[in-house]
Amino acid sequence: MRKTKALLFEMSRSGRQGYSLPPCDVPEKPWEQLLPEPLRRSAAPALPELSENEIVRHYTELSTRNFGVDTGFYPLGSCTMKYNPKVNEETAVLPGFAGLHPCQLPETVQGGLELLYNMELSLKALTGMDRFTLQPAAGAHGELTGLMIIQAYHRQRGDHKRNRVLIPLSAHGTNPATVSMAGYEVVQVPCDDRGLVDLEALKTAVDDTTSALMLTNPSTLGLFEEEILEMAKTIHEAGGLLYYDGANMNAIMGYTRPGDMGFDVVHLNIHKTFSTPHGGGGPGGGPVGVKERLVPFLPVPLVDKQDDRYFFNYDLPESIGKMHSFYGNFGVVVKAYTYLCMLGAEGLKQASTDAVLNANYLMNLLKKRYYLPYDRTCKHEFVLSAKPEKKKGAGAGDIAKALLDRGFHPPTVYFPLIVEEALMVEPTETETKETLDSFARAMEEISTVIDKDAEKVAHGPYNTVVGRLDEVLAARSPVLRWQKA
Amino acid sequence: MGGKHYFPLTDQDRQEMLSVIGAASVEDLFKDIPESVRFKGELDLPPAMSEPETLKHLQELAGKNKHSQNMVSFLGAGIYDHFIPAVIKHVTGRSEFYTSYTPYQPEVSQGVLQAIFEYQTMICQLTGMDVANASMYDGGTAVTEGAIMGCGATRREKVLVSRSVSPFYRAVIKNYFHSRGLQLQEIPLRDGCTDREQLAEMLGDDVATVVLQQPNFFGMVENMNGLAELIHEQKAVFLVAADPISLGLLQTPAEYGADIVVGEGQCLGVPASFGGPVLGIMAAREKFVRQMPGRIAGETVDSEGNRGFVLTLQTREQHIRREKAASNICSNEALVALAASVYLAVMGPQGLREVAEQCLQKTAYAREQIMALKDYSLTFPGINFKEFAVTVPGDPTELNRKLLEQNILGGVDISSYYPELQNTMLFAFTEKRTRNEIDTLVTELEGWK
Repeated sequence: MRKTKALLFEMSRSGRQGYSLPPCDVPEKPWEQLLPEPLRRSAAPALPELSENEIVRHYTELSTRNFGVDTGFYPLGSCTMKYNPKVNEETAVLPGFAGLHPCQLPETVQGGLELLYNMELSLKALTGMDRFTLQPAAGAHGELTGLMIIQAYHRQRGDHKRNRVLIPLSAHGTNPATVSMAGYEVVQVPCDDRGLVDLEALKTAVDDTTSALMLTNPSTLGLFEEEILEMAKTIHEAGGLLYYDGANMNAIMGYTRPGDMGFDVVHLNIHKTFSTPHGGGGPGGGPVGVKERLVPFLPVPLVDKQDDRYFFNYDLPESIGKMHSFYGNFGVVVKAYTYLCMLGAEGLKQASTDAVLNANYLMNLLKKRYYLPYDRTCKHEFVLSAKPEKKKGAGAGDIAKALLDRGFHPPTVYFPLIVEEALMVEPTETETKETLDSFARAMEEISTVIDKDAEKVAHGPYNTVVGRLDEVLAARSPVLRWQKA
Repeated sequence: MGGKHYFPLTDQDRQEMLSVIGAASVEDLFKDIPESVRFKGELDLPPAMSEPETLKHLQELAGKNKHSQNMVSFLGAGIYDHFIPAVIKHVTGRSEFYTSYTPYQPEVSQGVLQAIFEYQTMICQLTGMDVANASMYDGGTAVTEGAIMGCGATRREKVLVSRSVSPFYRAVIKNYFHSRGLQLQEIPLRDGCTDREQLAEMLGDDVATVVLQQPNFFGMVENMNGLAELIHEQKAVFLVAADPISLGLLQTPAEYGADIVVGEGQCLGVPASFGGPVLGIMAAREKFVRQMPGRIAGETVDSEGNRGFVLTLQTREQHIRREKAASNICSNEALVALAASVYLAVMGPQGLREVAEQCLQKTAYAREQIMALKDYSLTFPGINFKEFAVTVPGDPTELNRKLLEQNILGGVDISSYYPELQNTMLFAFTEKRTRNEIDTLVTELEGWK
């Protein structure tokens, strides 16, 4: 299996060419005259020189060294690695979408604006919020947008002492990082022994410096925060606002809406819930929805409609301003919109139903052999602890590598932080029962191997193109680009 | 019900699974959602459509738009109509790439990790910097986070931004800075470039970052020489937003002493897509790597000594450092960075230079033709790379509407961003524009008013 792959630069041969450009057909001037000497670079960039075929084979081989949802089961918790429908890929590249420049006249982009407008209507219905901006380019970008809106709301009311944001210990790392980005302080709220936010601790933590509570519901443990209305009341009575991290929206579509749970601001991850591909890290999309009283603070522009004409509305004097140079990841929104068109209300609810069913089924299969710290009905995901296996010599990270050898992408490991040796499993609705069964068998087999020979599991994987990679070396002596020897 | 072909569970599967769980119905699995927050009834969404119906609906929406494939576009201002080689979409269309997540499990993510490592290398080759990250959301957020990096590195809170930097980028900086309580001051213009004397006066030992753009928003190549010395004298950080295509010809930011280089990478083989997804480029000198936001791939070895790649220096990042992270960025624009990598590999040093030279030649030709027209004037004298500002005899929107009739997407009206520049437009000329197309534009301009 072991096989290294040459870099583009190592394949390069001087004089090879991968491009085809037309000759310059305007009368040319000596370019030295157009660009005097001190403005020119002293040497050409050392980019690779390759023919088209070599480039295609290079990337094709790289793609075979990569695991995607199309390769196999990818139960990466909190990432919602559902199947990415192919029709989405077709619609986003239609020339009428891909060829739009952001500065065109409104009458030339009516179809694009109509799509954004329709998308907002659907998101409003799904979440129970009053208005949305589609500008944030990712979930974390949406979080920052949401906190800025909350900040602008408090500031506009002359309420300047609210400098803290409450976050449960189980939260995604982006939540506390976003809080700092917005210039706020983080206050951690502990969980109770059911894995839910400790309501008493929350009541103690709230005061007149509380700007907001950021909450994921269901939580990263895959558990629904049953006391959500009481939590909302606590925050609201103290003058704070409630922020909904929509990372786990895939669990509740059609069953409940953040807007009905008392949330004031919501972000969605359309690359999770609405099936747009993760692209090896991005692009994503993080639309933000708000309740009526926060609408004036949304980023500009909003898409509005008057007499059947759609337009970008910049007339929002209290807006926080811009989050992105233009309108966010429009191309990703096209894919998500395509998905919503295909599913409709009933389809979305079915997605959540099957996502929760698959998670509970797999949880019940796995808890026979693995420790499940919070043993209750889960939503779209659940968290195991490999603490017992760790004592035997192979922890969560090692189990992950053993899964690679068996053709599965592992769950998220070592997160959430409140579970030791966490394995966070999110199967999604697009997987068959047979896949879940075979994953459970693989996990059982790994457990059996650990009982007999944990050492072996601790040194995997064995069947991948490279063996276990030395991450400590990479960080201690960073090599971050190729350089000619 | 819509989307059934995405849901593989059969009713029999569901029954078997429920009995394993010990639940009577799927409803039992949602009992933990209290009645008081239950959504009753059906969501108010349009009815589900089949795949052909959906495709037709989307084609109809797309068909209402005018775009760079059925029009001749002279729009720029940060997003350009450059040629996109066919090979790019075939590479980014490999679903092992596009359906993967951030490469947290490196042993099965060598494809994406090596591609990022190669991307980082090529960005360093272009800019002359030592390190590059795996991407930011876009040019605007890259400039903003770069300015914040300077604040982190200097422990200062004031940033100077030239008014020749794109107003689209400045709007993002302004918003982030206002939220965080950082200070922002704008350096005035002089003849369409950064006023160097004003910059020297504004610089002090409280300045964290100086933000300039090359070529600037007006398409002008600024004189950067000597600025690094001024900026470094105050121990401030010199950040440049550079057009990566221009670096096929132009002096590298490293050569004129910049510390951080950011930019909009859409010009590297990426469709305009109404402004997104595009690509935020970020690179810096080695000493700033600990302040750098986002993913970085690094080389290492496996248990047998084979070369491999991993995400590294992760202690900068939100999933490890939480509130102490350099940034909150998690998802980035990885697939767009892959497209840019393929573009740079296809072009190589010679192709990139040819693209840059054609931009320079075609812009010079168009500039000469338009300047010869009565009532039109070059807004600023100087050196233009692939676009320039023109003062036109009337309302730019009216002119653009007239150009539409000839299937031309005219120029970007910049008057609203610069109140002192009435009736001013930016026209961009990439290697894709032909002499014939430029001549048609010139004729249309001449015939207007």
